[in-house]
Amino acid sequence: MLIAATLAILVVMILAIIRGVLGPTLYDRILAVNMFGTKTVLLISLLGFVMGRPEFLDIAMVYALINFVSVICILRYSDAFGFKPQEKDS
Amino acid sequence: METILSISSALCLLIGSFLCLSGGVGILRFPDFYTRMHAVGVTDTLAAAMILIGLMLQGPEWIAILKLIMILLMTLFISPTASHALAQAAIRNSLWPLIDTQQETAEEKSHRTPS
Amino acid sequence: MFAVVMLSGIYGLLSASFFVVMDAVDVAFTEASVGAGISTLLMLTAVAMTGRTEHVTRHKPYLAFAVVFVTGCLLIYGTLDMPYFGSPDAPSHQHVAPRYINDSMQETGMPNMVTSVLASYRGFDTFGEVTVIFTAGIGVLALLSVVRGRESDAEIETLNDSMHEQYLILRIVIKMLIPFILLYAFYVQFHGDFGPGGGFQAGVIFASAIILYVMLFGLGTARRVINQSFIQILSAIGVLIYGCVGLVSILNGGSFLDYSVLSDDALAGQHLGILLIELGVGCTVASVMIIIFFKFAERNEYIQSKNGKST
Repeated sequence: MLIAATLAILVVMILAIIRGVLGPTLYDRILAVNMFGTKTVLLISLLGFVMGRPEFLDIAMVYALINFVSVICILRYSDAFGFKPQEKDS
Repeated sequence: METILSISSALCLLIGSFLCLSGGVGILRFPDFYTRMHAVGVTDTLAAAMILIGLMLQGPEWIAILKLIMILLMTLFISPTASHALAQAAIRNSLWPLIDTQQETAEEKSHRTPS
Repeated sequence: MFAVVMLSGIYGLLSASFFVVMDAVDVAFTEASVGAGISTLLMLTAVAMTGRTEHVTRHKPYLAFAVVFVTGCLLIYGTLDMPYFGSPDAPSHQHVAPRYINDSMQETGMPNMVTSVLASYRGFDTFGEVTVIFTAGIGVLALLSVVRGRESDAEIETLNDSMHEQYLILRIVIKMLIPFILLYAFYVQFHGDFGPGGGFQAGVIFASAIILYVMLFGLGTARRVINQSFIQILSAIGVLIYGCVGLVSILNGGSFLDYSVLSDDALAGQHLGILLIELGVGCTVASVMIIIFFKFAERNEYIQSKNGKST
């Protein structure tokens, strides 16, 4: 069951990467990165249990924090850019 | 007791993975940014909570369970806040949602002009 | 540019997952905090400072391309000499690694082998790394210091109120989270002997908490909370702590950075030394990161105010 959940999360991560590469607007990309981050947290804690090493939970916690910090930072600075949705981000 | 624990943990993991997958399909298939964010934001929190609870039920020692609880609390705080901030920033930078009425009027116009 | 930064963030997360799969906990920890977090953040502020699009250049950079191509070929040629990936005959697997793996427990008394290698066997290298970080901080200070007049309290208050309306929910959540982040940074700092973690990671986590505060409460408020010159002194103190531990061990009759002589018992000395230099590393990393972010943000503010005046 642990392995099945890990596989499901890997599939979702691939979907999020596809959205991040496609993403028509900047915010789609940010959303994809955010989702990717939360899924990484889950993946690492699952892997810790699969491989029987609970120290991995420390890393998962750092991820949760760092992901939040970077998303907030991106949003804060995307205001400074005065980004308009009309210009397609390439 | 062992079997009850393992069955309930497996159930939690199953629900969590299902929610994850539906969120992943949602982020890929929905038409505009706000619906995509809805799909991710709604499923993400519950999926993370379910998977973490499923792991907690299998937890080997109390320190691991404590750390899982910390991660769970953090996710519960962080992911709605991040979604909120994202939506707010998108609105503030005038990314308007795809609204149905606009489409209808556009369709009406396109119907009208040829006739 | 923005998309590139975003994708590099994803790459950082992904490579950290790699390291987790390959069982390298400490490397994954560092990649998580440094690669995915701080570097994305600093790149974003740099992009915000310079603008999103490149100026169109007229001349074609053929010469630069040729140089890059030749260097790349030379590097690939150089790797041909290296042993195969994971081959047991590689020189690094022959004599150093077995000693680290077998003897580090008896020689330093540290359950976490990576910390003992980083801080004790390779103490010189780590000292060099800390100095490099310190130099980077000095460079940013020298290049980007902005002379600014004193801000009046009323100005800060009005700015504070407008930001308070804009980021109300974020502010409240972050106010609750920041103590936990700081506490967690200290846990990582002092737990480094037993589990994954250590000075570098703890410094980065600490700095990220402060950066969160700066982003949401404004530079003016943050400048009042965190004294700039104190942080600049702190970054130097970190390097000094590291160096002084080395000097004290010379004075006690050992060689530079040989911690066994710090105390009567060799193991206790090792423990004390590693704890102290990790503290030094943590101080320097945290304060240099904060300095760099402050300078970038100040520069942004300066550019914006200049643009506002000119229009």
